[in-house]
Amino acid sequence: MNHEIIEKNLGLMIPLIIVAISFGFLVEVVPLFFHKDMQEPIEGLKPHTALELEGRDIYIREGCNTCHTQMIRPFRAETERYGHYTVAGEHVYEHPFLWGSKRTGPDLARVGGRYSDDWHRAHLYNPRNVVPESKMPSYPWLFTAKIDHKVTPEKMKALRAVGVPYTDEDIANASAAVKGKREIEAMVAYLQQLGTVLK
Amino acid sequence: MTSFWSFWTSIIILGSIFGCLWLLYIVRKSEPHKEETDQTVGHEFDGIEELDNPMPSWWIIMFVASAIWGLAYALAYPTLGNYQGFLGWSSTGQWEDEVAQAEERYGPIFDQYAATPVTELAQDAEAMKVGQRLFANNCAVCHGSAGRGALGFPNLTDDDWLYGGDPETIRTTLLQGRNGNMPAKGLKPDMSNDDVNDLTHYLLSFSGRTDDQEAAKRGAEMYQTACAACHGADAKGMQAAGAPNLTDNIWLYGGSPAKIKQTLLYGRAGHMPAQEQALGEQKVHILTAYVLSLSQQ
Repeated sequence: MNHEIIEKNLGLMIPLIIVAISFGFLVEVVPLFFHKDMQEPIEGLKPHTALELEGRDIYIREGCNTCHTQMIRPFRAETERYGHYTVAGEHVYEHPFLWGSKRTGPDLARVGGRYSDDWHRAHLYNPRNVVPESKMPSYPWLFTAKIDHKVTPEKMKALRAVGVPYTDEDIANASAAVKGKREIEAMVAYLQQLGTVLK
Repeated sequence: MTSFWSFWTSIIILGSIFGCLWLLYIVRKSEPHKEETDQTVGHEFDGIEELDNPMPSWWIIMFVASAIWGLAYALAYPTLGNYQGFLGWSSTGQWEDEVAQAEERYGPIFDQYAATPVTELAQDAEAMKVGQRLFANNCAVCHGSAGRGALGFPNLTDDDWLYGGDPETIRTTLLQGRNGNMPAKGLKPDMSNDDVNDLTHYLLSFSGRTDDQEAAKRGAEMYQTACAACHGADAKGMQAAGAPNLTDNIWLYGGSPAKIKQTLLYGRAGHMPAQEQALGEQKVHILTAYVLSLSQQ
């Protein structure tokens, strides 16, 4: 057998290895780019408002997704606790999605509307004020830091470039919508809409 | 999935499996020796040489077995494009089965509880165990795992009720939620800071904590203008409006002079989210009984 030809010829071996290891990607991932369920938003899904979008960026900045998933799997134990299982169409405007992979805290995919705004504020300021057993960190700086309203329209433009249907009007009004707001307001606005479109 | 992508995935999957088997076959066929020998492949690096022995048979058997396993899996489960597999498995189907099984097992228990009046259910130790689990999962985050509440979140064990503690009212609170609304400075938005101070003394006087009886007296007058409409002329509260009793020294938002002042200056708007959609009538029925039992302990 002439595997020496491949073994002694890196220029040939590298492309062949890439072809061999690409099969998983070609089968598992590529067809989904063209799959209707993955590309079409569910009914009633809207892009985040400017304030929610800023909240989402704080969620990413604080690394919430390292301890909280946003992905309810189709198991009864999960749907009993968190609500309807997550579907792909809920996340088509998420760039990047925040499904997470590990639950140190509970799943947040449908936390929207579950607790009051007051509760979220008390909890984010110091989780142990409302849940004595909690080991979540406190986020007191969210109550003083203000949102940088100048970059909000730029963020929306970037998202529009990858397919989120923001209108020119949305982008024009974005700065005014978040100007002077504190980070906690954005965070609570973001959390309170999570998973509320699909009941 | 369109038929093109269905075809695409099927070809790559089957091609990979059969391609591996073909590779195994030709490598095996081209082996120079059929037995283990001392023959090396002919190269040597720093004194290290490599024997040119045939592939071990246990390894070949595992390789072939893996390929057969892969093929069988592809036929049994959804693997090849749109083909669902002969087992007809799907993740949502599995979930529906789980839910149906649970419904069959727990449904009759919930039905039985639903048919039992709340006051009776509150005495049922088994049902209250169920209630305790439901409470822990859905209510404890705000009201505490023992139901004792926190600053801004009512204590459910003290038999002091904002909206009423009879079973029907508790049920309504759970199903529809509640929206508290105490406006800043009550009905007198132009209240001065001195007035707020006087009112605080008046409210403290119910628990004998004021050191300024004159101020408390002035506060009592201001109370009748700004607060009595909701909290009642005697300050005993009004459950229809969710206005708390101010005389019992139980304070949802804290009873220190500073906290009372804060409440007066900025108002309060507690919100209890509706649970009807998340939990449904049957679970709310059990929770009603559980909340009732908390206050009876």
